[in-house]
Amino acid sequence: MKNMLLRWYDSDVAHSFRSSPVAILAALIALVCAFCALFAGWVAPHNPFDLSTLELSDSRLPPVWLEGGSWKYILGTDDQGRDILSALIYGARISLIVGLASVLLSVVLGVALGLIAGFRGGWVDGVLMRLCDVMLSFPAILIALLIAGVARAVFPNAPESLAFGVLILAISLTGWVQYARTVRGSTLVERNKEYVQAARVTGVAPMRIMRKHVLPNVLGPVMVLATIQVATAIITEATLSFLGVGAPPTSPSLGTLIRIGNDYLFSGEWWITIFPGVMLVLIALSVNLLGDWLRDALNPRLR
Amino acid sequence: MNNPLGHCSFPLWGKAGMGAGLVEQGAGSAGPHPTPPFEPGAGSPPKGEGAGGQPLVQAHDLARTFDVSAPWLNRVLERKPRQLLHAVDGVSFEIERGKTLALVGESGCGKSTVARLLVGLYAPTRGGFTFDGQDAHAAFKGRDARTMRRRIQMIFQDPYASLNPRWLVQDIIAEPLREHGLITEAAALKNRVGELLTSVGLSPLDMAKYPHQFSGGQRQRISIARALATEPEFLVCDEPTSALDVSVQAQVLNIMKDLQKKQGLTYLFISHNLAVVRHVSDQVGVMYLGRLVELADKQQLFSQPRHPYTRMLLDAIPKMHDTGRARTPVQGEVPNPLNPPPGCAFNPRCPFANDRCRSERPQLLNDGGTRVACHAVEEGRIPRD
Amino acid sequence: MSLLEVQNLVVEFPTRRGTLRALDDVSFSIAPGEILGVVGESGAGKSLTGASIIGLLEPPGRVASGQIRLEGQRIDNLPHEQMRHIRGRKIGAIFQDPLTSLNPLYTVGQQLVETILAHLPMSSAQARQRAIDLLKDTGIPAAEQRIDHYPHQFSGGMRQRVVIALALAAEPQLIVADEPTTALDVSIQAQIIQLLKNICKTRGAAVMLITHDMGVIAETCDRVAVMYAGRVAEIGPVHEVINRPAHPYTMGLMASIPDMEQDRERLNQIDGAMPRLNAIPVGCAFNPRCPQVFDRCRAERPDLMPAGATQAACWLHAAKKEAA
Repeated sequence: MKNMLLRWYDSDVAHSFRSSPVAILAALIALVCAFCALFAGWVAPHNPFDLSTLELSDSRLPPVWLEGGSWKYILGTDDQGRDILSALIYGARISLIVGLASVLLSVVLGVALGLIAGFRGGWVDGVLMRLCDVMLSFPAILIALLIAGVARAVFPNAPESLAFGVLILAISLTGWVQYARTVRGSTLVERNKEYVQAARVTGVAPMRIMRKHVLPNVLGPVMVLATIQVATAIITEATLSFLGVGAPPTSPSLGTLIRIGNDYLFSGEWWITIFPGVMLVLIALSVNLLGDWLRDALNPRLR
Repeated sequence: MNNPLGHCSFPLWGKAGMGAGLVEQGAGSAGPHPTPPFEPGAGSPPKGEGAGGQPLVQAHDLARTFDVSAPWLNRVLERKPRQLLHAVDGVSFEIERGKTLALVGESGCGKSTVARLLVGLYAPTRGGFTFDGQDAHAAFKGRDARTMRRRIQMIFQDPYASLNPRWLVQDIIAEPLREHGLITEAAALKNRVGELLTSVGLSPLDMAKYPHQFSGGQRQRISIARALATEPEFLVCDEPTSALDVSVQAQVLNIMKDLQKKQGLTYLFISHNLAVVRHVSDQVGVMYLGRLVELADKQQLFSQPRHPYTRMLLDAIPKMHDTGRARTPVQGEVPNPLNPPPGCAFNPRCPFANDRCRSERPQLLNDGGTRVACHAVEEGRIPRD
Repeated sequence: MSLLEVQNLVVEFPTRRGTLRALDDVSFSIAPGEILGVVGESGAGKSLTGASIIGLLEPPGRVASGQIRLEGQRIDNLPHEQMRHIRGRKIGAIFQDPLTSLNPLYTVGQQLVETILAHLPMSSAQARQRAIDLLKDTGIPAAEQRIDHYPHQFSGGMRQRVVIALALAAEPQLIVADEPTTALDVSIQAQIIQLLKNICKTRGAAVMLITHDMGVIAETCDRVAVMYAGRVAEIGPVHEVINRPAHPYTMGLMASIPDMEQDRERLNQIDGAMPRLNAIPVGCAFNPRCPQVFDRCRAERPDLMPAGATQAACWLHAAKKEAA
């Protein structure tokens, strides 16, 4: 185990990481956000969703460094007396979970379809690629809105978990196409390589060849795409929540918080919308930069 | 020529008395036979002729055509015709057990396609071949596919692409064993992989490494070890040393020859390098645009080539020791395989071509021990030097 | 005076794990009109030598020390612009893959004319005529029509002829050919070799022919340099090196090549493999694999020394000289 870790530490990818200050910083920020999100209950000073702890008298307090602020609510409160900092931490958790889950679903769906299309070829490939083309011709938000809206109409009194499920599904359906196309391209290349032919000569079943031989070799670009797409998914979720069809209001995500704060922007209580916005930018940016670094680190030509 | 007893299983488990004929599994047995435990090396196949003096591999009028037409929509809109590539166009040969047949030719001659036909990667569009008396392609499609695939294996040209870069060498070599259920116990598997690595001149410790940690020649040896895992009888080698340096090539060729002697393997050796072919083969077939133009014993082919193409090919090879001799280089280039010349495929470049050559395709005919497909040879028009 | 002189050339690649010496003290010369073959296995450094001479060494590789002189003038330390003029005008290059050596978007004529006009002062019409003449000289039939064809309309052998015509466009004195026939069929190979020989004899151009195929070397070259692990192991007239090799590596190499003339039961093999650049042994680079190794080989690195009709970097011949 130690040997493996040492070998990994010494590898080209790890070295590239260690020598890129941007990557290290981005990783640090992403890690801090992830940590806060995981242990929100312990990190956040208050629980903004526990209605019993809210005090309306504390509403619309400014951040601590402005006049009128207090250390109890470091970043101020919103119109209902919720602590912005805590709301940020809980909201970030939701954003991250939704983002990661939808990317995971996208990847599974896209990689599976891409492998099948590339491996089988023929009409299966044709049909799947036309499906991809159709999906790409719709703007992503539109698809997500459609699914979310339809779900709302069909299940008007849906429990929270279903709402999240629909949200994750909606976002993942907007993103699977790029994985499918990338994986299909790589599969077409790998399929003609001689190790696949050797497996066929031995008599290995096609499904097994796809899973055990081709799949490990086509996952490289997928990792890079997925990392970058986490940022996109988080922003998509924020957009949907901003538009009101995303996270349910009982557990607001960063997008919801931005929407809520929007109404107060011009009446002077800027902190209610700006801080969630800054948090969103930080998460998306750090994940994006990590993805960029990963792509460059894994690109053999740039080494 | 089908074996009247049905499925003839080769005794991997060591009934060395194979020479006389077929292993009887019980008269009229039609169901699948239970597989006895696999004891590698327990009985090496006897050399010489097998089942009743028949050659191990007999190909008859083997042909494979590929449809390389433009997609349907393009064809309809642009009124393009269907395009068929006759990669292999009627090839017949025999290989006796324990011997090596080499197929040589330049690009587009179809030798790689023949290799893939013989391991079941492609199905022939015409003709076929028998393996140990059994119709091979029927076997590949039917229940006997497993057994057939155990007995026939392949070694590829590119040492870098023929091993999965993400798998450990141990798993790569063990895959055929696992796939055919020959060894299931982990320790026995490891043992067998170690044995195989030793037999190709590598160390058993190498099984814990990845392919990229090896050089081209070593990778090719790993490929050989993988191919030998199931103790096959017939190995198809598609240019196994073309991508290797000369000194590494020497090592790999020596190993292949040693293994052939030890295990009585039969090889089909594809190459474009006539010097290598001279070293490894017993019989040589020269291919041109999907057809066999000459098929002869090695000594005959190199000392008395009959077909004009063979002669020109032998002449064209740069020689190390006999330079300065005046030679006529081959004229022209290999024509587009999509559009072969009518009649004999070689006629545009042949100094002995006449009208018959331009219209009638020559058959592979026997001419004193060698087989040649040439009208000029048949009519005696070519002066023998 | 020699046309090209390479003296103690050292090419290094700085990596994060240390500096790798890809070429270590390589020296040879080429006389005007001579064909020198540079032969070796993969990793020996022959392509790098060619690239250094043309000035197309890929960074981070760099010439760390040594000199390359063309007609007496140093070219390894020239600024970019000056090297660009020399490349093409005095040195022509032919690479291995004819498919990628030509730009698929331009006709053959356009590429030829562009090269001619870049180096020779003449009008476009004259350049076009010269291009047609070049195509004729390299054996392309119907040159007046084919000059306006695109590369994909030529077959592999024809494309390589076009590449040769391109290399000759500005009448260079030296042509560096890196594996020009490896990607071609045997029969085409013979034609291209013949073409190279004729063209160079008629135009008086010298050729540095880099290849791993000893047969091609035997047919084409006047002298040959055998490279091993970034060093020159042996250099001399081609028939001497082939028939009476003096360096054990050359001997092993010649013996492991399957012979068209005779049957042998086993090919001679040199056990082991060429050392990696980060693991070159002390002393003579070949000493771990050498059947005639002795103590001095493991301690001191031999320079090229006279060994019969050739020069070999081997202590076996120093002993003879000292004993004599």
